Amino acid sequence: MRYLPKSPADRAQMMREIGCKSIDDLFAPIPAEYRLNRDLKVPRQMAESEIIDYFHERANANAEDYALFLGAGAYHHYRPVVIDAMVSRGEFLTSYTPYQAEIAQGTLQAIFEFQTMICELTGMEVANASMYDGSTGAAEAMLMAVRITGRKAAVVARSVHPEYREVMHTYTQHQGLPITECDYLENGRVDMVDLEKKITPDTACVLIQSPNFFGTIEDVAAVADLVHKKGALLIVSIAEALSLGIVKPPVEADIVSMETQSFGVPLGYGGPYAGVMATKEKFVRQIPGRLVGETKDKDGKRGFVLTLSTREQHIRREKATSNICTNQALIATMATIYLTIYGREGLKELAAQNLAKATYAAGEFAKKGKVLFGGAPRFNEFVVKTKDDAHAINKRLLEKKMIGGFPLSWHYPELGNASLWCCTELNSKEQIDAAAQAVGQ
Amino acid sequence: MSNKDIKKATHHVNQNEGLIFERSSPGKKGYRLAPLDVPEVDYKKALGSSARADLGNMPEVSEMEIIRHFTRLSTWNYAIDLGMYPLGSCTMKYNARVNEVVARFPGLANAHPYQPAEVSQGAMRVMKTLSDCLLDITGMDAITLQPAAGAHGEMTGILLMHAYLQSKGNPRKKILIPDSAHGTNPATAAICGYAVENLKSNSRGMVDVSALAAQMNEDVAGLMLTNPNTLGIFEQEIHKIAEILHQKGGLLYMDGANMNALVGKTRPGDFGVDVMHLNLHKTFSTPHGGGGPGSGPVACKKILEPFLPKPVIVERADGTLAFDYDRPKSVGRVRMFYGNFGMHVRALAYTLANGPDGLRQTTEDAVLNANYIRKKLEGDYTLPYQSPSMHEVVFSDSIQEQKGVKTGDIAKRLIDYGFHPYTVSFPLVVHGAIMIEPTESESLEELDLLVDAMKSIAREAEEDPEFVRNAPHTTRVKRLDETAAARKPILRWKPASAKSAGE
Repeated sequence: MRYLPKSPADRAQMMREIGCKSIDDLFAPIPAEYRLNRDLKVPRQMAESEIIDYFHERANANAEDYALFLGAGAYHHYRPVVIDAMVSRGEFLTSYTPYQAEIAQGTLQAIFEFQTMICELTGMEVANASMYDGSTGAAEAMLMAVRITGRKAAVVARSVHPEYREVMHTYTQHQGLPITECDYLENGRVDMVDLEKKITPDTACVLIQSPNFFGTIEDVAAVADLVHKKGALLIVSIAEALSLGIVKPPVEADIVSMETQSFGVPLGYGGPYAGVMATKEKFVRQIPGRLVGETKDKDGKRGFVLTLSTREQHIRREKATSNICTNQALIATMATIYLTIYGREGLKELAAQNLAKATYAAGEFAKKGKVLFGGAPRFNEFVVKTKDDAHAINKRLLEKKMIGGFPLSWHYPELGNASLWCCTELNSKEQIDAAAQAVGQ
Repeated sequence: MSNKDIKKATHHVNQNEGLIFERSSPGKKGYRLAPLDVPEVDYKKALGSSARADLGNMPEVSEMEIIRHFTRLSTWNYAIDLGMYPLGSCTMKYNARVNEVVARFPGLANAHPYQPAEVSQGAMRVMKTLSDCLLDITGMDAITLQPAAGAHGEMTGILLMHAYLQSKGNPRKKILIPDSAHGTNPATAAICGYAVENLKSNSRGMVDVSALAAQMNEDVAGLMLTNPNTLGIFEQEIHKIAEILHQKGGLLYMDGANMNALVGKTRPGDFGVDVMHLNLHKTFSTPHGGGGPGSGPVACKKILEPFLPKPVIVERADGTLAFDYDRPKSVGRVRMFYGNFGMHVRALAYTLANGPDGLRQTTEDAVLNANYIRKKLEGDYTLPYQSPSMHEVVFSDSIQEQKGVKTGDIAKRLIDYGFHPYTVSFPLVVHGAIMIEPTESESLEELDLLVDAMKSIAREAEEDPEFVRNAPHTTRVKRLDETAAARKPILRWKPASAKSAGE
């Protein structure tokens, strides 16, 4: 086997020195009746060239070079080549969690830069080193709010990504934490009257998404006012992080839980992505996951370490703030490189291009169907209601090598034949015109 | 004391580099956008009060500086690509480059999770084939690839147990966890609403079966067991353990962190395990990336299948694959979409590169390597448990501690010798634990270098303990003040002006 750096003579010598006659002597602790005496039923050993062929075939069975109009929690943005050039370096790719700080300053400094950038973008004071993704991060943010307030209930907007809501339910079901859902208005924003009714003295937190699942930007300040008046915390979930290039950060929130996939992370059929949690300094001891902090070495030189680990499972065990251990460090590094490339001006320009594309597309689609949720600002997604069934339209588009919007009727039956469309800097005018044409056929 | 006995590494110059923010100045650019082909929109007008004023202290740097910045940072890291990473319980093995290449094929890397099934068959086939491989490797009946990491898999597995027991009328109150377990185990039980009850190990470093029998009752949902356990010892009475649990209606959960000792040699499903997770970033060679991403598939027996997270992949009569969302008994989703698919691709590439013979040889070499190190270091370091070792071996610092040198000091000195430290102070059942897992990826030469280094440090501890206590001596930063970092946390950079204003 080509990954194994030992000759038969090496093995024989080692066994001699250990004092075992056959390799199976070393497996003697396994009771004989449980030893596997056959080959595993996995494909035979392949040459590298065969592995390449195998995955080429799989890749070719997927859509390639299709025009993509899907967003809904996973966004197609251009990935500068510098990202992969850097994260392919073995020192980033094949290093472990930076517990041994003296030989992990590279990862530690990159994550410290990531935490800083997330704070700058979200308007929060502290950010952690990453969570698995936006959905689990949102669920953990709710548990964090429960720890802070001592209250035991939550309100979640129905305009939050349906799969995020499912994950929140899974995480909270055995914590005695009932979740109530709050409705949306005709402009797509949270129904404040309904929200006020849903918040009770038991409500630890209200969780909204902005831009929400329909692409609508919420009035975070107004929601925060109401939530804070009731003594609860506001959690803002962000699925399309690039929006922060031009959208006001949710500074009024107590916790921001963000998916960073838009920052240079491949769509990758849904993962790996990276979530991140950011909050106010006063809540830092309740935040889950790893944190990198600045300190000095014995000679007074600046360096970075994992810190405040008394919150974490390897120290606190069942009293930890979360069971999270492995997170998404390399993905956070990708995001850091992406954010460095675009930076202060580029993120704004890029986000503005996304807005322009979606605005143009919504205008074209409005000629063929009804664009819902007008009256509140959007970012790069919009909802179109059509005469034809959304799946039938998508079938039509697929024949023209276009992947249409996300049909909403399953999660939002009240919207009928409506789909959620996304346009980014990668959707050309030509593509948009062709899609609008096909929708209206 | 000097560094003359260090054979593997030589101290060399590396570049200094500040934070990226300290390189930034207005007007520098590392990007250029394609011209806009639709009418421009004034975002301040379009967004009104929701528009952002500016992007604060986000950096402005050129592409050249970005390359230098991150390349310099990378050279400050140790990595498997540089040498042995003997971290016990972490299985730091070789990460094949072909895995990285195939994961980046556009058809896989650019696939949107919601693209229609008819243009996703390739991705689904990867997941299905990997699932089938993992099922035979574990001897289980059903699997989900959704969990994002080991601890996430643990949570999924315990939720399955909870749902199953609930369907039998009572989810029960407690989970038993051995004192040698990973910290994630008790933390997971707590997240799933269970109380944790500690289970003591016996003098051989294994579960005390009579204690288990005494503690097992109808309040106990099950046991979370790592096998081989964190001492690297196979639980020889595993069948009795399973029997005791099953007799009282409980279930056996296996933490698969140490599966690298078992693949192709024995199967958890055959020795009584009901549900387990795998760490693809350990056993199946997906890269650790400085702390993630991982992937933590959960495999289970038939009785738990109805409760798996949704969706599950199903094969239709015509041979096409589809996601089945109609799972009324499911515990729900544990993550959006389908898991860390990119890691599924890499794990399958690893499995194909090995085949049945390669996987078995891998396990054999991993166990051989650990036993070789055990043989060579026994005597220089104390071996607290005499039971045979599988893929890792745990020593203690009790000899060196007499001179005031602790496991953490020896670990730091190992850095000077060109190695990453072993796992320090874990498992908790061993005072001053030195936990070494070489994996199969080390040559005899590299193993001998580690043995030499460890022996040399043992001598140094005897002759000049102060020198060891002050290690490392050759790194770009010395030991860092972790106490100060925790006392007054600095978790982000701020410009000098803001710092002085805030102080």
